[in-house]
Amino acid sequence: MATEIQGTKYDVNYITDFSKKRNEPEWFTDIRKKALQLSETLPLPQPEKTRIVDWNFTEFEHDVAGRTLTSASELPEHVSRLVGQDEESGNLLVLQNGQAAYAALSEELKSKGVIFTDIATALREHGDLVKKYYFTEAADYDTDRLTALHAALVNSGIFLYVPKNVEVSVPLQTLFWQENPNAGLISHSIIVADNGSSVTYVENYLSEKAEGRAVANVIAEIYVGDNARVQFGAVDNLSKDVTAYVNRRGYVGRNGQLEWAIGQMNDGNTLSENYTALVGEASVTDTKAVSIGNGSQKQNFTNRIHHFGKHSESDMLIHGVQRQQANAIFNGITKIEHGASKSDGEQTQRVLMLSSDARGDANPILLIDEDDVVAGHAASVGRIDPVQLYYLMSRGISKKEAERLVIHGFLAPVVSQLPIEGVKEQLVEVIEGKVK
Amino acid sequence: MSTPTLKIENLHVAIEGKEIVKGFNLEINGGEIHAVMGPNGTGKSTLASALMGHPKYEITEGTVTFEGQDLLEMEVDERARAGLFLAMQYPSEISGVTNADFLRTAINARREEGDEIPLMKFIKTLDKKMDTLDMGEEFAQRYLNEGFSGGEKKRNEILQLMMLEPKLAILDEIDSGLDIDALKVVAKGVNEMRSPNFGCLIITHYQRMLNYIKPDKVHVMMQGRIVKSGGPELAERLEAEGYDGLKKELGIEDETVNQEA
Repeated sequence: MATEIQGTKYDVNYITDFSKKRNEPEWFTDIRKKALQLSETLPLPQPEKTRIVDWNFTEFEHDVAGRTLTSASELPEHVSRLVGQDEESGNLLVLQNGQAAYAALSEELKSKGVIFTDIATALREHGDLVKKYYFTEAADYDTDRLTALHAALVNSGIFLYVPKNVEVSVPLQTLFWQENPNAGLISHSIIVADNGSSVTYVENYLSEKAEGRAVANVIAEIYVGDNARVQFGAVDNLSKDVTAYVNRRGYVGRNGQLEWAIGQMNDGNTLSENYTALVGEASVTDTKAVSIGNGSQKQNFTNRIHHFGKHSESDMLIHGVQRQQANAIFNGITKIEHGASKSDGEQTQRVLMLSSDARGDANPILLIDEDDVVAGHAASVGRIDPVQLYYLMSRGISKKEAERLVIHGFLAPVVSQLPIEGVKEQLVEVIEGKVK
Repeated sequence: MSTPTLKIENLHVAIEGKEIVKGFNLEINGGEIHAVMGPNGTGKSTLASALMGHPKYEITEGTVTFEGQDLLEMEVDERARAGLFLAMQYPSEISGVTNADFLRTAINARREEGDEIPLMKFIKTLDKKMDTLDMGEEFAQRYLNEGFSGGEKKRNEILQLMMLEPKLAILDEIDSGLDIDALKVVAKGVNEMRSPNFGCLIITHYQRMLNYIKPDKVHVMMQGRIVKSGGPELAERLEAEGYDGLKKELGIEDETVNQEA
């Protein structure tokens, strides 16, 4: 496996043609070209304690064929079951192999000015609005090689815009469904809740279990305006041969509120960063995430909260289970800037290892440049208690089943508190599938 | 009676290389209730844990047959499914798993796939047994033993016993830490189980438990083995004289397992 600098085989000519084919605005093509150049010089991110230099971030098929669905009922059962009951009201995007395959948005939401569409369509129809939010406040493409590669090669994604003071009461959902086992899904989601609005958005990443060499490079930018509220749910369920880079970033305005509910259930190597900038005064974020590591999977999860605004509040609750030979690092970073007085940042990370070969590490970090704040952290890493297993088994429950109960029990305090009912149900099912 | 339910022969048990049970022999037939009594530190609880298959205890010698099968060859869960039950002195707490889910999983582990206990039947049975044990409805949805008081844990052990209907139950110091009312409730539960198909081994320090659950046989354990067996009158004698009278009779100075060379 190549460990030298990973470059992409897709050059500037390819990228220009690709962009032209999609009728993208010039500013967008320019970002692609600039980012491609940067991707040749910028270093890979250096996650704490995880060696990613030999992970495959660059070898994949970039422009793979998708298919179109005339109705969500054409989805196979294992995909359609991810579409929750509430979403049957018809606010759903399906991106198959990265391409828009199905789109539905209720007339009611359309009439209120809500935009919910794939990124290619958004660029054509709402280019100026996309420009306002694409790699502006919440994310930068010149951070490292993976952000640059993302901006150069983005081939999928969605754009959700909720206008001022519009409250969306039903959840909106995107299914990213990968059927090609060698595809590179370079997906960019932009969720904007303008001032005073509110919305619940759920995204699923699902790939078919198949041998291959695939990549998912996912960036989501979530803009929460003043007095706005976003509930962001995600269930990532990419298969073993997909290397995943997932970078979700929130930017929260005054009195804004961003709630994350995330299930990180990928089966392949995963590098994940979840970042929230609490910019406005009295902005609030709450992060709840669960994950399960299986097989020889390596994962690195960083949850980072950055307090800028006075009276800003954050809470983080992360539980992870490591089975078999899985290895995962959990970094929790709460940073409170000077001037963010009266802020409160709390974090809890717990890791449970089920086998002696599994490895887990939790690193809580508080960086505080302001005196008048409250901050706290708790972290624990431990192996499953053999006496607990003995107790369960002494009632006739098999070891496997006993482990399943302990895992559910360990994740339950997070899962039961997830703010989005649909995500909760899906997660219980995915967890069940993973531990069976 | 044909074959005994449980037959223990010359059992030796060690923990971390130290022998605690030293040549223990006992036979329990179907429907019999035996009591193993003895002061602290004589190997009673070690015996109970070793029979169930606790990972910390090592059987160094001896045989145990249960329902005609070699018990020591079986995994912990196999022992349970074969009909052995241990009401533990210190039950584990399992966070995030409700009592009801746990019990249903345990019951279904005894049944074929596709023949799981119907939910309504389960709930009915559970309600009834909880009622017998004076347990409030909320116990079904509380996490398994988490935050339970000592007495609640003991009741919960007996609830499991009643739900799982084993052939042989070992009650390890089920009376410790129980007030007299709670003890009566627990005894009521055990007595409700009495039948020719249910054997019981009560491990206890005190005789008072045996006022409520009448044993057929009483054994006294010292230095890791049975030193005296008899009927219920033996327990009464111990209540009257304490263990000292018996020690004198048997010429035992230190009854614990530590001192024997």
